[in-house]
Amino acid sequence: MMSEQSGMIAQPAGRKIVIDPVTRVEGHGKVTIRLNEAGEVEQARFHIVEFRGFERFIQGRMFAEVPVIVQRLCGICPVSHHLCAAKAMDLVAGVDQVTPTADKMRRLMHHGQVLQSNALNFFHLASPDLLLGFDAPVAQRNIIGVIAAFPEVGKWAIFIRKFGQMVIEATSGRRIHPRLCVPGGVNQNLSIERRDALRADVDQIIQWCCAALDLHKTYIQDNLALYENFASFPSSYMSLTGPGGVMDLYDGTLRAIHGDGTTIFEGIPPAAYRDYMVEEVRSWSYMKFPHIRSLGRENGWYRVGPLAQLNCCTHIGTPLAEAARQEFLALGHGGLVHATLAYHWARLICMVHCAETIRDLLFDDDLQGNDLLLAGHRRPEGIAIIEAPRGTLLHHYEVDGNGQVTAANLIVSTTNNNEAMNRSVTKVAIDYLTGHEITEGLLNHIEVAIRAYDPCLSCATHALGDMPLIVTLEDAEGTMITSRVKQ
Amino acid sequence: MSPPKILVLGYGNPGRQDDGLGPAAAGALSQMGWRNLTVVDDYQLNIEDALDVAAHDIVWFVDAAKTGHAPYSVRDVCPSPTTEFTSHLLRPAALLAIAQIYCNRAPPAFLLAIRGYEFEFVETLTEGGRENLGAAVAMLAASIARSQGKPHAPAMP
Repeated sequence: MMSEQSGMIAQPAGRKIVIDPVTRVEGHGKVTIRLNEAGEVEQARFHIVEFRGFERFIQGRMFAEVPVIVQRLCGICPVSHHLCAAKAMDLVAGVDQVTPTADKMRRLMHHGQVLQSNALNFFHLASPDLLLGFDAPVAQRNIIGVIAAFPEVGKWAIFIRKFGQMVIEATSGRRIHPRLCVPGGVNQNLSIERRDALRADVDQIIQWCCAALDLHKTYIQDNLALYENFASFPSSYMSLTGPGGVMDLYDGTLRAIHGDGTTIFEGIPPAAYRDYMVEEVRSWSYMKFPHIRSLGRENGWYRVGPLAQLNCCTHIGTPLAEAARQEFLALGHGGLVHATLAYHWARLICMVHCAETIRDLLFDDDLQGNDLLLAGHRRPEGIAIIEAPRGTLLHHYEVDGNGQVTAANLIVSTTNNNEAMNRSVTKVAIDYLTGHEITEGLLNHIEVAIRAYDPCLSCATHALGDMPLIVTLEDAEGTMITSRVKQ
Repeated sequence: MSPPKILVLGYGNPGRQDDGLGPAAAGALSQMGWRNLTVVDDYQLNIEDALDVAAHDIVWFVDAAKTGHAPYSVRDVCPSPTTEFTSHLLRPAALLAIAQIYCNRAPPAFLLAIRGYEFEFVETLTEGGRENLGAAVAMLAASIARSQGKPHAPAMP
């Protein structure tokens, strides 16, 4: 692994936490809440799987096949890995800038992916909490309950998802396992027939995205105090931004900001990421803990994803999304927006932006161009970053003279949010844990906090869909007090 | 009477050994040329699959199983709405519930659980997994063949 490691952290005696490797493969979420000697919440940790095994899996592969192979990282965002790997392998192929047709085909695919993934999160995962309330009966707090209360939402959910899939299929010829990108470009343009089919639907999709945004805002107005405070804390943020600070989910340079909005760094090209970021390994988790080098291990953590994308950009280049951003900023009372639940608001604004961007691209004749592929002099290294639906995604490869990958390093969005998720769960535990009982209410509030980030659980390994959330309460010595499983 | 429209949804990750049993089964069945059979393979179930589910008379979900009977087991799936903590999981019962509430149709559905053994980052099935796959595909193929004349109920093994 190429990442710099600042060393393992020793655990105090009696506090060692062992993660069973079998459960790592099985795929579940595990939350551990640790109490101090006084019986108060000391910390909480959210344990999930990560990607180191996959980095080894890539080694030895021919660089040209990597953009296809990496799709197997994740069943929800294979397109994001496909595009990020392709951008990295462009550099290995000696191509710094692909043709306008290739760039716009990739952008079209990317915005279709972000649109449909964000729609899945909001409608299927978050809307039961946000539209029905955290405390609604469990039997009703699901997408079926949402559809019963808000019949239009079901239509938006399925057809916005389906439209995003149509965009992906139109750009790659297939809805799943896309193969649009090759190092140096793409292997097809957008047919007139597919373009026109998408043009016919895109305005309706934009309208539905805006309607979902309006519906969400009614929830915020009715629950403002909860919305601002739940699982929330000030933090730093990081995302890609384009020229002049414009939101750019596909390409650009890294910008990181402090919680007060001042700049930590900006204009950092992906190739320089190691000068600004450190990846730390901790003994109790399979995940890496990246942080900003200049701020150190304790203070260098940050958040990525839609909330970071909104906080880090100076403006959005599409009008409806920009108007929505202006309204969103009011939640920060003159500063950044730190509310964890605002991830959902930001996610919806990104959906509007994606739909608008897709419409703009569908009226760009470059998508029917025939100049698809470039070639250059082979290089030994490629590093690329995109803003995936859950945030900043980095792929870094080293390739030998035979074209075989010799090393790979991936920093996925969920890894970037690792510390932030722990802090959100800790905040929930502090605010909602009473006594030594893991109540249904506590369990649900923990889930609500985790859903805001929508962590990626490392590939589609699921084995009959068993992916429970396990919450364990431990005393100061690390002895389990109680545990509760949500199947 | 025309035969029932059958949907096979095989899901899992072929990059993680026996987790690819679902897509492998889908791939094998797609080669058999039945006109009334629609085969879909994906990494996991998604909400828009509800549209496909509602458009068919019988649905088979095919997934890998970490535990349970070898070579496979079959169980009924009934609509049941659930909300997970991550978007990276949608259960067959929840998908059926979405089809029911949105499309007003949740056809008879079955989960074919093919027993797998290893789930590491390897692109081939284990030998045991392959053997179980063969038995599962043979059962499902026979069931689909028998159902040609039984429009409203699948032939169970």
